[in-house]
Amino acid sequence: MTALIRFWLSHRAEFAGLLAQHVLLVGASTVVAVAIGVPLGIFAARRPRLSAPIVGLANIVQTVPSLAMFGFLLPVPFIGGIGTRAAIAVLILYGLLPIVRTTITGITGIDAAIREAGVAMGMTGGELLRLVELPLALPSIAGGIRVAAVVGVGSATIAAAIGAGGFGEYIYRGLSMVDSTVILAGAVPAALLALAVDAGLLWVERQLSTRRRSASRRTVLAAGGAALAVLIVSGATVAGRSNGAIVVGSKNFTEQVILGEVVAQTIERDTGLPVQRRLNLGGTLICDRALTTGDIDVYVEYTGTALTAVFHRPITTSADAAYEDVRQEYARTGKTLLPALGFDNTFAILVRGQDARSLGLKTIDDAARVTAGWRAGFGYEFLERPDGYPGLAKAYGLRFKGEPHVMDLSLSYRALSSRQVDLIAGDATAGLISALDLVQLEDNRHYFPPYAAAPVARAQTLLRYPQVRRSLEHLGGKITAADMRGLNYAVDVEHKDVARIVAEFLTRKS
Amino acid sequence: MPALEFRDVSFARPGGLRVLDHFDLAVETGDVVALVGRSGAGKSTLLKLVNRLLEQDSGEVIVEERSTREWEPIRLRRRVGYVLQDVGLFPHMTIAGNIGIVPRLERWAPDRTEARVGELLDLIGLDRRTFAGRWPDELSGGQRQRVGVARALAVDPPILLMDEPFGALDPVTRVELHAEFRRIQERVKKTVVIVTHDMREAFALATHIGVLDAGRLVAFDTPQAMKASRDPRVRQLLDS
Repeated sequence: MTALIRFWLSHRAEFAGLLAQHVLLVGASTVVAVAIGVPLGIFAARRPRLSAPIVGLANIVQTVPSLAMFGFLLPVPFIGGIGTRAAIAVLILYGLLPIVRTTITGITGIDAAIREAGVAMGMTGGELLRLVELPLALPSIAGGIRVAAVVGVGSATIAAAIGAGGFGEYIYRGLSMVDSTVILAGAVPAALLALAVDAGLLWVERQLSTRRRSASRRTVLAAGGAALAVLIVSGATVAGRSNGAIVVGSKNFTEQVILGEVVAQTIERDTGLPVQRRLNLGGTLICDRALTTGDIDVYVEYTGTALTAVFHRPITTSADAAYEDVRQEYARTGKTLLPALGFDNTFAILVRGQDARSLGLKTIDDAARVTAGWRAGFGYEFLERPDGYPGLAKAYGLRFKGEPHVMDLSLSYRALSSRQVDLIAGDATAGLISALDLVQLEDNRHYFPPYAAAPVARAQTLLRYPQVRRSLEHLGGKITAADMRGLNYAVDVEHKDVARIVAEFLTRKS
Repeated sequence: MPALEFRDVSFARPGGLRVLDHFDLAVETGDVVALVGRSGAGKSTLLKLVNRLLEQDSGEVIVEERSTREWEPIRLRRRVGYVLQDVGLFPHMTIAGNIGIVPRLERWAPDRTEARVGELLDLIGLDRRTFAGRWPDELSGGQRQRVGVARALAVDPPILLMDEPFGALDPVTRVELHAEFRRIQERVKKTVVIVTHDMREAFALATHIGVLDAGRLVAFDTPQAMKASRDPRVRQLLDS
């Protein structure tokens, strides 16, 4: 608890920014979802034959997992890609169902005699809607909006995966650092925000459904105005934050965040250009797409990952050949691969130190003899990639008890040490390896391709800012595997501040 | 010249059930006509044909010398006051809001509407300061029904249609409201068509009584003449 409070106090400015982003994401998406959902609900309520398919469609949209939704939207122009706009688009889609549904029930639930009275008084269709149907359906619609907004507060934590910020940023960061304090630093305010939104909108709902005196309407209007003001301030805060000349991205695990910070600080030190950080993006493809669209200018990629996951090329075991292939492939799409940083983050097949010692396991071949009774846990990326699990299993004849568990890469270290699984595929440079007493088995058949870390940047950006190119070239060969493990350890295990340890590291190196 | 006239009107419900069969009726200006018949005899249908909530299959309904087919439905409905069977007050509007709804649709200035609502509350015998700001569910059944009448009269339409207006009330309140209605009619002198299944109500209110049976008007006369009728269909209703 004190750790949590200390964390918040030391991250005050960042916390305020994330709160603003979170409020903006939920507020903007809810407003648009209302603007689309209520008319859609009215339309469906008038055509009973269409209401079932419309609600059905909204239902299906809601069951699509949010990460998958981001994936679908990636290639869509304007709303796709990464950042706030894409996150809001996804949250709008999720918000539609409750709003459409409650609008339909609200309108179709009105007593037929009351509607007939309206028609008989000589109301036009529009007057009937405005004066009778909408006011009577309002409590029901308000309930739907409340559900949409509260669910939105929860869903918006996912937005951090595509660089839209919000409290999800702490949750992802905490997950990648295996630090529950940081997770709570995001999860607790997100939950409190959800409760506050729920209570606030419930109050509005009561004001609307209980007696409707003009005074209470005025209070509701005032509250609505205040909420709108908060939204505008959030929007301005968020917009004000995003005016760096160079945008540095990273994937969502500790090493990537550290490397993103290394690249960002190096550019800042060497060139004095303003740098904006978009760290913790949700995966290789999101980073690559963001680089293509110009949402980011540079991030650190691994040669083996680029070769297989980005360019769908066969695996090569030669480090030089891999680097050269990747450099040429990138050049073809207007991206420049800069000199490798100096360490190789291959996949590490990890077991508990205790098991390695008692069973005498040194290589993956050794393990293959005993894994039939073991459970394996892999990140979803490892399960899918061509240089991942299927090839590994074939190369070593690995068999496990049941299908491998799919889990977040950053959670798998802890899952291994707490005996939920017996073998995982982690990063060779993970600081947690020594901290949790895990042992890396040797890839004695040289199955894994080389994973040399190297920054990849938009060629356009480097042409415009040649000083950035020079600065990143100087970074070549500066980070050894030992350096990387040390940095990872400082963050994952000692919970040190990324910016601070990177600053210290760069000072030491120069 | 009749204010309202049905000429050879036939109407069948969807599904083919014939409700009105070559129906003829002329209502003179200022008359109060009560249409009596068993439930299902097509009484409510007749009223809904007048303000085009329904449309006849054949024949003409003439309102103020024009066929309802030539009327723009919205204009027609605002020219014809309508008191619904179950009142149908808007639960989200105050009494003043309910009574003032048609003036509001007609875009009257707010103070003109307010003055008119006050007048109407006086007319139906509800204190304007007490009742203007109340909500429909705070009123008794009889009070609600009076508000329904006031709402129908708001823009002073020449014709007033009333569909079983006092059907849901207890007998004492009903008799009170009958007296109230006669008093109001004395002052506003509308052309009124009341639909009811209760012959006593017809005698209490009407200047003319029409008897509906099997979709036709089988008798139409003054209450005095009706009392003396030998027609078995009339006698049956009278004696019930």
